Amino acid sequence: MSAENSVGCVTPQTVHFNGPLRLRSGAVLPAFELAYETYGTLNAARSNAVLVCHALSGSHHVAGCYADDPENIGWWDNLIGPGKPLDTNTFFVVGVNNLGGCYGSTGPLSINPETGRRYGAAFPLVMVEDWVAAQARLADHLGIDTWAAVIGGSLGGMQALEWSLQFPDRIRHALVIASAPKLTAQNIAFNEVARQAILSDPDFHDGYYADHGVIPVKGLRLARMVGHITYLSDSQMAEKFGRQLRHGQHRFSYDIDFEIESYLHHQGNKFAGFFDANTYLMTTKALDYFDPAYDYQGNLAAALARAKARFFVASFTTDWRFAPARSREIVFALLHNRLRVVYAEIDCDAGHDSFLLDDKHYHAVLRAYLENIVV
Amino acid sequence: MTEHERKIKAEQRERFDFAVIAGWIPPGERVLDLGCGDGRLLRYLKETRDVSGYGVEIDHDSILGCLRNGVDVIQMNIDSGLSGFEDRSFNHVIISQALQTMRATEHILCEMLRVAEEAVVSFPNFAYRNNRTAIASGRMPVSEDLPYDWFDTPNVRFFTIADFEELCARLGIEIRERLAFDELGRPVADDPNLNGSLAFYRLGRRA
Repeated sequence: MSAENSVGCVTPQTVHFNGPLRLRSGAVLPAFELAYETYGTLNAARSNAVLVCHALSGSHHVAGCYADDPENIGWWDNLIGPGKPLDTNTFFVVGVNNLGGCYGSTGPLSINPETGRRYGAAFPLVMVEDWVAAQARLADHLGIDTWAAVIGGSLGGMQALEWSLQFPDRIRHALVIASAPKLTAQNIAFNEVARQAILSDPDFHDGYYADHGVIPVKGLRLARMVGHITYLSDSQMAEKFGRQLRHGQHRFSYDIDFEIESYLHHQGNKFAGFFDANTYLMTTKALDYFDPAYDYQGNLAAALARAKARFFVASFTTDWRFAPARSREIVFALLHNRLRVVYAEIDCDAGHDSFLLDDKHYHAVLRAYLENIVV
Repeated sequence: MTEHERKIKAEQRERFDFAVIAGWIPPGERVLDLGCGDGRLLRYLKETRDVSGYGVEIDHDSILGCLRNGVDVIQMNIDSGLSGFEDRSFNHVIISQALQTMRATEHILCEMLRVAEEAVVSFPNFAYRNNRTAIASGRMPVSEDLPYDWFDTPNVRFFTIADFEELCARLGIEIRERLAFDELGRPVADDPNLNGSLAFYRLGRRA
């Protein structure tokens, strides 16, 4: 990590909430903890706070690194820091691990106080709406009445959108990047394949694998492999891997022949080493169920009538997971409600994952938008 | 003319164009500016007419310019229509010296009067006297209002005041007001298709 413009060494924190949280599913969590990090300084008016929401596999570690683990750099470090587009000289930036996560917030790996064992499959399904409700408790704890902005990519963008609906008076700007107002049948289909990979792993044990001292590694690996195919664009995959062979020749076996196979195995193995299977299952369900228009007969414009925030919506031309047309649905629903919105469609070759990259134009657009936010 | 003088002149000219358009926009309106460039016109209309609304633009650098001008911009290709924009959702839709850069001329004109009550259109008149002289002497015209060489022009449709008015008639578009100006910015009353370098129209649907 270049030390220049970095927030430097950071320390994760944890906050415990005692009041019960009623979830969308009807289940109630009597208490929970959230892991979070902050960068920059909350100003006296408490008007410069920005919440960063993570996507499927992200965490509260958004920027900087850890003193005892300098290689562990935050997942959106290229965006956040002094002088970076989300400038910590101006903004007080908050990263949070979502409820049900596996990086320190209460989730399936936590101890269920009722049984003294890990929750496992007994952890209730937590939806996007629930994450946002939990994030609002964190805002209360930090003394933040209104976010200057809530920003996220992909599933993180859905949370930014949800913030504008659930707490219209507590968010001034919503930055919804590489996202969608709901999943398509194709999106859900990919998620279901990923879930079945985990659910059918003999080491899954109906979600109580921790009690058996095992991890459904094979299922997690497969789930991540499927996911990674959808994160990249066809053209980028062709450019990066093409039909390159691992061993220079066809070996006529089921071992790894092609470089793309090697890449997917590597990504799968890496992921299975640190991510929790129950969190993965739950998060894909949160994606599937997210649909603010569901209670409005599918009318997104009607669903967005509650929103008051100003919006920045961005998509990437090669993103086929959440294609530009999905972002345009959000934009036109906002236009219907005469809300202020900026929409950028960014040329970037990297497919869905583009939102994590530091493409020059992408970051320039983000910087220009963020610089206009009055704090 | 020095580069500095040229720049001052271009700025004065732009202010003049903006003022003509602003004259047709009542205060507080909702406007949509198609092919809004870096958003300077919308910014001007916000400052002078307190309008709200959006720019629409395809060019990446222009999107950045709009953001820096504090203008809400939507990046999309107008040539593929304005589907997504609802009927009569704006008071005025403006297309300032950009219609000649778009291919789907008829479609765009009809779409403009679907999404707004009135349209304001400005374009360079290809039949302006000096342009005719250039063509007659065997060269493509380059002027204040057609400032490009033939090989680098963003313009893809070359038309005249007479051409435009004929198309409006065919499309059932009512011309509610027309202003034409010569290269020095002087209003032209006599034979605008010959004496007008730049034309401005206020358009509506024929009742």
